[in-house]
Amino acid sequence: MQIYLPIAEVSVNAFLLLGLGGIVGVLSGMFGVGGGFLMTPLLFFIGIPPAVAVATEANQIVASSFSGVLAHLRRRTVDLRMGTVLLIGGLIGAAVGVVIFNYLKALGQVDLLVKLCYVLFLGVVGSLMFVESLNAIRRSKNPAAKPKRKKHNWIHALPFKMKFRVSGLYISVIPPIVVGITVGILAAIMGVGGGFIMVPAMIYLLGMPTKVVVGTSLFQIIFVTAFTTLLHATTNFTVDVVLAVLLLLGGVIGAQIGTQIGVKMKAEQLRILLAIMVLAVCGKLAFDLLVMPSELYSIGFEGH
Amino acid sequence: MLRLALAFLLLVTPVSAEEVVLGLSQDEVAINATFDGDDILIFGAVKREKPIPNGDPLEVIVAVAGPLEPLTVRRKDKRLGIWINVDAVVIDEAPSFYAVASTGPIEEVLSNTEDLRHKITINRAIRFVGAPEQITDSGKFTEALIRIRKEAELYQTLENNVELAQQTLFRTQINMPANLVEGGYKTRIFLTRGGEVINTYERIIDVRKVGLERWLYNMAHDTPLLYGLMSLAIAIAAGWGASAVFRMIKG
Repeated sequence: MQIYLPIAEVSVNAFLLLGLGGIVGVLSGMFGVGGGFLMTPLLFFIGIPPAVAVATEANQIVASSFSGVLAHLRRRTVDLRMGTVLLIGGLIGAAVGVVIFNYLKALGQVDLLVKLCYVLFLGVVGSLMFVESLNAIRRSKNPAAKPKRKKHNWIHALPFKMKFRVSGLYISVIPPIVVGITVGILAAIMGVGGGFIMVPAMIYLLGMPTKVVVGTSLFQIIFVTAFTTLLHATTNFTVDVVLAVLLLLGGVIGAQIGTQIGVKMKAEQLRILLAIMVLAVCGKLAFDLLVMPSELYSIGFEGH
Repeated sequence: MLRLALAFLLLVTPVSAEEVVLGLSQDEVAINATFDGDDILIFGAVKREKPIPNGDPLEVIVAVAGPLEPLTVRRKDKRLGIWINVDAVVIDEAPSFYAVASTGPIEEVLSNTEDLRHKITINRAIRFVGAPEQITDSGKFTEALIRIRKEAELYQTLENNVELAQQTLFRTQINMPANLVEGGYKTRIFLTRGGEVINTYERIIDVRKVGLERWLYNMAHDTPLLYGLMSLAIAIAAGWGASAVFRMIKG
């Protein structure tokens, strides 16, 4: 069934969008990522104008994250306190990121920078996670190996300590705020919620348990993407609500299913799957940059 | 003096021996939520006071052009091992849609000078002033634009697609694809003999969004904050709804 999108001004197959939303929703519920880094390139591919794709994607992530968070709240796997601290950092970072983005836009070649950013971060994050979770799986198969002791490093010497009961942590608020700001900046530049950077950062930098990480990440993504949606709607008029509804109908259902799958899996299995997915997207982007495209020319709107 | 002026008037506006009388199956295309492209039937007759002249046969060309818009065509090149956009050419005006249908091959039914004057073929319909100095092959950029848009069926050259019966009645069908931009679509009919245009006729086909599409588009532009909040409310409601439904299913 073809549906004409009023803002994107293209006609698309409704079932295709429902399916795409569903698949990305499952991943979102399983891994606590918004799925923007997967969905946005897919939308480009089916012919949605990039500006509309980025803006509408933010709106859809609000829905799937909200659906996912509700499921996690019932399981008490959301650290609201940690989420709020990360969010404060994230909003500061997003504001800084928008300024940097506009500066780079004035210099030109911002598209290339975004792509290089993607390849770099997806590559690094994906490889690190892959190696770490592979080791974790090996260790769990070999129970004779000595269990890892909780590290006490310089992070624990920082002031402004706070108790994060759900995560079982008693650490300074400075590291989460810094993580929030960094992810916020990257998210604004790359036009995504930043879950795929936030999740590993929470696991490896803050030492949060994987089960809590997913819900907490979704919690803060809701606010960051809601903010982004409003910004796009009021400044660029590029949020297509019809496209968003089609994507989020699939997305919210997928997120529920994803959460169910997620709780049944072991933490290191979850991490290795996310790592493989991140590396696959990274590989695809790198491939596009390195291999000669079949069409060298592209049409851009606006005469400059 | 008056006689001279009259003679002059007659010279600049010669009374055409053959004129177009046009009919359209519709002069409006309504884009609703399930819009999936549209076929427009363009038909008409040639009105003449005198018998059909001898010599070159009568030919008909139909050109439908969407709203003009400025574009940038970019070309990728390899720099430091990766493919990036290097050269860009600004096209001042290109129609968002262009279809030209004719009774025969376009080179036979239309002379080059007449094409230049009336801007009938796709290449002539695209206007661009000049490329930056460092780009010497700017023609390739317009070629690429036409090639990409032809693949998307946004540009169509439909030779031998106009039926002409007894040099009087003509008809053709133009397929408008689903990805249409709103606006007035200028529809022009040209009668030619021996490559020379002897009569032209112009009508506008109005393409516009209707119903829900219209309402949402207006809202997004007139009250963007409200529209943004509405989008968020829908997202939150859908997220909550799915969660509630799943909880019910699980008992």
